[in-house]
Amino acid sequence: MEKKKRSGLFLTVAPLYIFTLVFVAGPLLYMIALSFATNSDGWGTLWKFTLENYKKIADPVYLKSFSQSFQLAFTSTICITLLGYPFGYFMAKQSAKWKKRIMLLIMVPFWTSSLIRMYGWIILLQAKGVFNTLLVKLGIIEEPLKILYSYPAVVIGMIYALLPFMVLSVYSSVEKMDWSLVEAARDLGASRAKAFLTITLKLTLPGLLTGVILSFVPSMGLFFIADILGGNKIVLVGSVIQDQLTRGSNWPFAAALAVVLMVLTSIMIYLYRKITHVKDLEGFF
Amino acid sequence: MNDIRHLQETPADSAVADAGKETLLELKGISKSFGTTDVLKDIDLSIERGEFITFLGASGCGKTTTLRIIAGLEMPDKGQVILEGRDVTMLEPHQRDVNTVFQNYALFPHMNVEANIGYGLRIRKVPKNEIREKVKKMLDLVQLSGYEKRMPSELSGGQKQRVAIARSLINSPKLLLLDEPLGALDLKLRRAMQTELKRLQKKLGITFLYITHDQEEAINMSDRIVVMRDGQFEQIGTPDEIYNRPKTSYVADFVGNANIISGVVEHIGEELTDIRVNNCLITAGTADGLKKGGRAVVAVRRENIKVCRECKKGLPAVITDKSFNAGQLHMAFKLEDGREVVASHYGIDTDLTVDQKVCVGWEPQHAVFVDLEDTQEA
Repeated sequence: MEKKKRSGLFLTVAPLYIFTLVFVAGPLLYMIALSFATNSDGWGTLWKFTLENYKKIADPVYLKSFSQSFQLAFTSTICITLLGYPFGYFMAKQSAKWKKRIMLLIMVPFWTSSLIRMYGWIILLQAKGVFNTLLVKLGIIEEPLKILYSYPAVVIGMIYALLPFMVLSVYSSVEKMDWSLVEAARDLGASRAKAFLTITLKLTLPGLLTGVILSFVPSMGLFFIADILGGNKIVLVGSVIQDQLTRGSNWPFAAALAVVLMVLTSIMIYLYRKITHVKDLEGFF
Repeated sequence: MNDIRHLQETPADSAVADAGKETLLELKGISKSFGTTDVLKDIDLSIERGEFITFLGASGCGKTTTLRIIAGLEMPDKGQVILEGRDVTMLEPHQRDVNTVFQNYALFPHMNVEANIGYGLRIRKVPKNEIREKVKKMLDLVQLSGYEKRMPSELSGGQKQRVAIARSLINSPKLLLLDEPLGALDLKLRRAMQTELKRLQKKLGITFLYITHDQEEAINMSDRIVVMRDGQFEQIGTPDEIYNRPKTSYVADFVGNANIISGVVEHIGEELTDIRVNNCLITAGTADGLKKGGRAVVAVRRENIKVCRECKKGLPAVITDKSFNAGQLHMAFKLEDGREVVASHYGIDTDLTVDQKVCVGWEPQHAVFVDLEDTQEA
C-alpha cells in the first residue's frame, strides 16, 4: 500500500524531473563541455580539450565588456529599486479595484515583443522625437537633448524592461504586510518615518531583494537594449557572445564567455544574499 | 516617561486611594461614522486615574473604535479626547502617553522578545544598558525571564500575550488600552490571565481600559463596566450594579442572561407591584416611575426562576427543552403567548419531562424593573 502510494507520487513529479534534465541540465552541461572544445577553422567544432577559450577572455577588449556589463547592471538596478519600491508599495495600498487596473496596465506591454518595444523608444527619444519636441515646445529646453544612442538611453531602456519585476515582487510582499504591526509601532512611540524604517521596510525586504535579483541578473544579459538604444558605444558581454555565435562563428569561445558570465553572476548573488542575510526571498529560491 | 520606579513593588492600593477621584481621561461628544454607518453616537465618558474600566458589548457595538480613537489610530468626526486636562484629539499616536495591547498581539515577527519589549525605549533613544535592565524587569514582571532571545514564532499564545503586555507597560503609559487581549486563548488560560492582569494592574497602579465581549471577564476584573450597544453607552456602573440592577432589558439579557417579561401594571402596593401578564398576575418589588395601567418590563435571572406543578401565582408554561450542562440543569419553557423563559439550577429534577405543563414564578425581590424610561412613555 505504502509502496504503491510512493511510486504514484514519483510518477506525478517525474515529468518535472525529465523536463529539468532535458531542457535545463542538458544544455548547461553541453555549454560547459563546449567551452573546453577547440574551434575548427571551417564549420563546426573539434572535440579536443583546450583552455585556449578561457585564456582569450583575459584580453582587455573582453574584460572591458564584462566591466561595462556589471556597471550597467548596477546603475539600472539602483534606478529600478528607487522607482520600483514606492510604485509597488503604493500599488499594494490601493483598493482591490485599482489594484486590478494597475496590474493590467503593468501586464499589457508584455503582450508585445520586447524587441519591438525597444524600437518604440527610438521614436520617443530621438532628436525630433516625442520627448524632445514636447520639451522644446514647452520652452523647457532650447535645443533637443541627445538622449538616444547614449548611456542614459540604455539605462532608460533597462528600467523600462525590468521595472515590472521589481514592482510585482515588492507589491506581493507589501500586500502580505500586517498593518497592525505598523499601528503597534506608532502606538509605542514611532513616528511615521521611524515605523516605516523599522517595521515596513524590514518586513518587505524579501520582496525588495527578490526584485533586485530579478533586475540585476537579466540586465547582465539584455544586450539588445544596449545595441538598439546605445548605438555601438556600449558593448556588453551579451553582444560579444551573440557576435561570436553568429558572425565570428566561434561557438566554444561564446560558450566560455557564457560560463564566465554565469559564474560571476552566481558569485554576485551569493555575496548579496550573504550580506543581506535573507534566507527566504519572495516567491523564489 | 522613562521613570520606571513606580513599576516596582509599591503598594498600589495607596496609589489608587490617593488618586481617588482624579480624572485621567475624558471623552466629550465623540461621534464617528464609516461611510453611512454611525459607529459612535455622541459619547461622553470620564475615566479616573488607577481604575480598571471595561467596555463590554457585542461585536460591532463600537468598542474597538472608541479604543482606537483614544489611542490616536482613528480620528473622531466630532468631539474631543482629553488626557490629563490636555486636548489630544489631533495628536498622532506616538505623541500620546497611551499604549495599546492589540487583539492579535501584533508582535514584530523580525525581532526577538527582548527587541520587541525594548522597542518603545529604543525609539526614544534610551541608552542600551538601561533598556536591557528595564526589559529584564518587565520580563520578571510578566514571569517570562529567560525568554529574551526567543522569536515570537517560538512562543505560545499566552506567552505572546505577556510579551505584548510587557512591550506596552515598559513605556509607563498613563493609560493602557487592551483590545480583547485574551480572546484567542483557551478558557483555562484565559482565567489564569484574568487573575494575572488584575494583579499587574493593582501592582502598577496604571489605569486599564479593557475591551471584551465576555461578561464573565468584565465582571471578574473591572472596577467599572461600560455596557455598549450600537455606538452608545447602555449603562455605566460597578459589576454589582450592572449584574444585579440592570437598567435596561439589553443589559439584563447581555450581562445576566436574564429572562425579560413584560406586562401591564395592575396594582402598586407599598412594597409589591402586581403585573398582569397573559391574564395572570405576577408580583415584583416597586420602582419609581411605575404607573397603574402602564407597561412594565421585569428581568429575572435564570437561577431565580422557580418551577412548580401547580401554583397560585405564576405563569402557565410548557417545558420545551431540558439539558444538563456543566453541573447545571437548563430548562426552556414556552409561555402561553409563545415567549420563551429559561431556568438554570444545580442538580437534576428527574420528575419534570418535556411537554409537561407547569407554572413558572419567582420571588418578588428577584424581579428587577428595566427599561423604565421607555415604559413611562408607553
